[in-house]
Amino acid sequence: MNRREFFTAASPKSEEVAELTQVKKVERRTATGISEYTGTWTKWEVKHLLSRALFGYTHADLTSYVGKTMSQSVTDLLNIDTTVPPLPTNDYSFNTPDPECAEDAVWVDKKNSKNFGRRMSLRNWWMKHMISDGTIREKMTLFWHNHFAAESNAIGDARIAYGYLAMIRKYCLGNFKDFTKDMTLDPGLLRYLNGYLNTNQAPDENYARELQELFTVGKGPGSGYTEDDVKAAARVLTGWRIDYSKNPPTSYFQSNRHDVDDKQFSSFYGSTVVAGKTGATAGADELDDMLDMIFAATETSKHIIRRLYTFFVYYEIDADTETNVIAPLAQIFRNNNYNIKPVIETLLKSEHFFDQANRGCIIKQPFDYMFGFAKSAYLNLPPETESNAALYIHEKYLNDICEASEQALLDPPSVAGWPAYYQVPSFHEIWVSSNTMPIRVSIMAQFITNGRTSQGYTVKMNVFDIAEKTSKPNDPNILVNECLDYFLSMPSTANLKASTKAFLLPGGLADFNWTNIWDTYKSNPGDAANTKTCKDLLTYMMYSILNLAEYQLH
Amino acid sequence: MKRRNFLKASSILPLGIGGFGIKNLSATPFLASLGLKAATNDKILVLIQLSGGNDGINTIIPLDQYTNLSKARSNVLITESEVLKLTGTTKTGLHPAMTEVRSMYDNGLVNIVQSAGYPKPNFSHFRSTDIWHSGSDSDENWETGWLGRALNEEFPGYPTGYPTQDMPDPLALGIGTFSTVTQGPTNQMGIGVSNPATVYNLINGNTDTPPNSNYGKELTYIRLVNDQTNVYTQAIKAANDKGKNLSTKYPTGGRNNSLGEQLKIVARLINGGLKTKVYMVSIGGFDTHATQVDASDHKVGAHANLLKTLSDSIGAFQDDIQLLGLDDRVAGMTYSEFGRRIMSNLSGGTDHGAAAPMITFGKNVQGGILGNSPVIPDTVQIKDNLPMQFDMRQVYASAIKDWFGITGTKLTNVMGGKSFDILPIFKGSNVSIKDFEDIVSNIKIYEPFPNPAGDEVNLKFKTDGGTITISVFDPLGNLVKIAFRGRVASGEIVKSFSLAGLSSGNYFIQLAQGNSRVSSVIIKN
Repeated sequence: MNRREFFTAASPKSEEVAELTQVKKVERRTATGISEYTGTWTKWEVKHLLSRALFGYTHADLTSYVGKTMSQSVTDLLNIDTTVPPLPTNDYSFNTPDPECAEDAVWVDKKNSKNFGRRMSLRNWWMKHMISDGTIREKMTLFWHNHFAAESNAIGDARIAYGYLAMIRKYCLGNFKDFTKDMTLDPGLLRYLNGYLNTNQAPDENYARELQELFTVGKGPGSGYTEDDVKAAARVLTGWRIDYSKNPPTSYFQSNRHDVDDKQFSSFYGSTVVAGKTGATAGADELDDMLDMIFAATETSKHIIRRLYTFFVYYEIDADTETNVIAPLAQIFRNNNYNIKPVIETLLKSEHFFDQANRGCIIKQPFDYMFGFAKSAYLNLPPETESNAALYIHEKYLNDICEASEQALLDPPSVAGWPAYYQVPSFHEIWVSSNTMPIRVSIMAQFITNGRTSQGYTVKMNVFDIAEKTSKPNDPNILVNECLDYFLSMPSTANLKASTKAFLLPGGLADFNWTNIWDTYKSNPGDAANTKTCKDLLTYMMYSILNLAEYQLH
Repeated sequence: MKRRNFLKASSILPLGIGGFGIKNLSATPFLASLGLKAATNDKILVLIQLSGGNDGINTIIPLDQYTNLSKARSNVLITESEVLKLTGTTKTGLHPAMTEVRSMYDNGLVNIVQSAGYPKPNFSHFRSTDIWHSGSDSDENWETGWLGRALNEEFPGYPTGYPTQDMPDPLALGIGTFSTVTQGPTNQMGIGVSNPATVYNLINGNTDTPPNSNYGKELTYIRLVNDQTNVYTQAIKAANDKGKNLSTKYPTGGRNNSLGEQLKIVARLINGGLKTKVYMVSIGGFDTHATQVDASDHKVGAHANLLKTLSDSIGAFQDDIQLLGLDDRVAGMTYSEFGRRIMSNLSGGTDHGAAAPMITFGKNVQGGILGNSPVIPDTVQIKDNLPMQFDMRQVYASAIKDWFGITGTKLTNVMGGKSFDILPIFKGSNVSIKDFEDIVSNIKIYEPFPNPAGDEVNLKFKTDGGTITISVFDPLGNLVKIAFRGRVASGEIVKSFSLAGLSSGNYFIQLAQGNSRVSSVIIKN
């Protein structure tokens, strides 16, 4: 639902629309740039950094990072593990066996089979990495998944989907130019954007168009590629195919399907001619030549930086931001031969990133909301010792919630990725709507009250755990304030502290009442009545926080 | 791009506390035809929680016990001549601040249940509140609330499939409060708002103005979406816009007088057409351990201010409901987690107690007082409490049956499988307060002898004959002994029974016939 439809459907009162419009006009931008941030380093800065770089954070994370310098923190977050983790295994065939793959065996190198189960297995596999990884690796991988977007249900073959994911994980902080070349030849993108059907007899322009419109130069103010450039690029890309006989399938070049004539590009690309070539390496060689041309356009670097900015900082890019942030970062990107890491490092260490104007202003995408909650609330997803059925069903449930909230892992709505990262003017406001808001609210209610039981295992938030992590759980003021501080991205007002404390101490009861309950719970947890009271009060207090509009932001 | 099955996926999601999943209203006639019928009647109950433990004997003052009261609680007791008199009784009066409730009582709009509580009282605010909300015995831990169970009987499956054409509105609405009283077996049946004009956050109710920043801009947007997309917030706001108040009697004074403000909102929402069955409002500050009265003048001070707010707010609300022509449908009920100790303490206050009076009001209540004045012993120990005369679950069962019209096995389910005698609280009940009073007036209990007593004591009493129960309560309000249960002949009778094994101190002897109870005090040596 776009914004216009939303307003029509909800028929707000005219003054409310006017109020919103007025708010939108207010100038809230900043002139800060990419100089290194030198301000205070407290839990608020740490939470800002971790929220944007990870999926949620733990109390231990906050303590650990507050103890480092800003610079060291960013460096550590960027110090990713580049080894390939254990491959996803068959956790999906507990009802119907996969004839090609035994239970618990790796499926990515087995014959094509049970693609729905395998795709869900792949989602669960990635989700668990998102929750557990302590570096920026998974957030960057998601950024590139949204950038080189492909739908696993359109790719069909889950082995190819895994190959696609493995590729973007491998390059998440690597060299963007090499990355682009490998993605171009990746079986997943060849399949998704019809590259495997692109021949000298019948050129298919699909990939050639998206390569320029979305993946490299983009359609920003400095871009100027033409329709003829799309046609020329399509001819460069002819001849690539997918060998499905391999496990997993691979791409290969078939020279007799390749267009061997010269390809003339427009003045936007300096009227470059990519010389037609023949032979086994013709496809790869011409691709290199074309990418040299595309990466010579400074707009390519700016387009990627704007995408990174929208994902990691905010969606409004005004003239100051373009001058002070986008342009210098693009310069760094080019100076470093399109290596991604120095750019991210500079951005995350910048005064602009830590500027108050950019704090707490991103509406959490469903993965941040759900997986971030799972991490921050220590949600007890089934351990590996549980049955595959329990593991699969409970993990898939979190992914199903994200899908219902309009963000399906490995299934973005189109090659453009999720509209929240490109749709003017709403951008990430698209995440919250009449469809998604009730889901966001009710899922918190479920996990904090009854939990979800399936396969004899209950996934449920433990409110005592959260309380125990505060510095003095028997002091209601410290408990409430630290819970607010932990879950919310911005400091709470005195009113919010008071209205939240009222869930712990209804009717203005004196503080010692809570102290007695907590102390009794600690000294005698077998006192069922007191323990229940303690649990109920904590539940309502924490639910009142998780239910806040403020909790939707980070 | 393929259109995803978002809606299909979202429909599988269960809903929890919030209970405010948004369903397409156009689907509701279909759902209604499947049997999701409206409640059996259009009656509305407004629960007023007096949080902290209200001092019942300084609220509903037992004038016939005044001599002993003045010995036990001289630090807080209201001067006898200043106690408000009630028409038709000399035994009971009201705190001088409660002029509005007095005039309602005199007009037959107030029903007072004396010494309501539960066996084995608990003195923790939270635990006792839990017991009051759940309606369990004090040694049981129930996860559900009595009104949550009642609403679940009437609106099974809520919130799945709701709102419906017949019930387009939230089942229960807390104004500035939200508690386990409306927790149903699988879902919370209520929602909470602080200000129906700006709902924003449905649970917490915080409405701080967002800062002028990108954060503030997005926060404003999310709140707007929250409001606009939640059918219940729309229904609440629509009722708030459409409804009006006619009474000019509401007390003013902002947050500190928030009970009046809360009840004013309730009246407006009902007038605006909201079909919500239960409203919850609350007033805190009753935990008056110290300086509950001014030392120089006991009719003023913290407790007097609270009772004035309570009385003025109830008076204004009833006035409003009457002027709006809604008084046939609306009843209110006060409760508190416990009363306070008989004896006042040295800091001019009272400590946590046990049984206390409940006030039910409205056009359709049976005006009068159920039960006798709580008996105040001649010599009171610091730990002494009032024994209950009525189980508060009798009051609940009466409201469920005689107000909401829920009967039979449904009523039994609401009461957790237990059976409670119905009290003459609402008009249209099978029991009438007149019959009740007649029985009471025909029962007489004399002072036990000897007093003080050893292990044996004798009790002389007079009834019209029938089944009676003689119970012994300890000073904490615990039922410690059933001394006799059986049929007796009419006229004066003396029964002897043993107090062996009880430690020394005050005990209450209670004689019950049907729902009528009379008490006396015995001192055990």
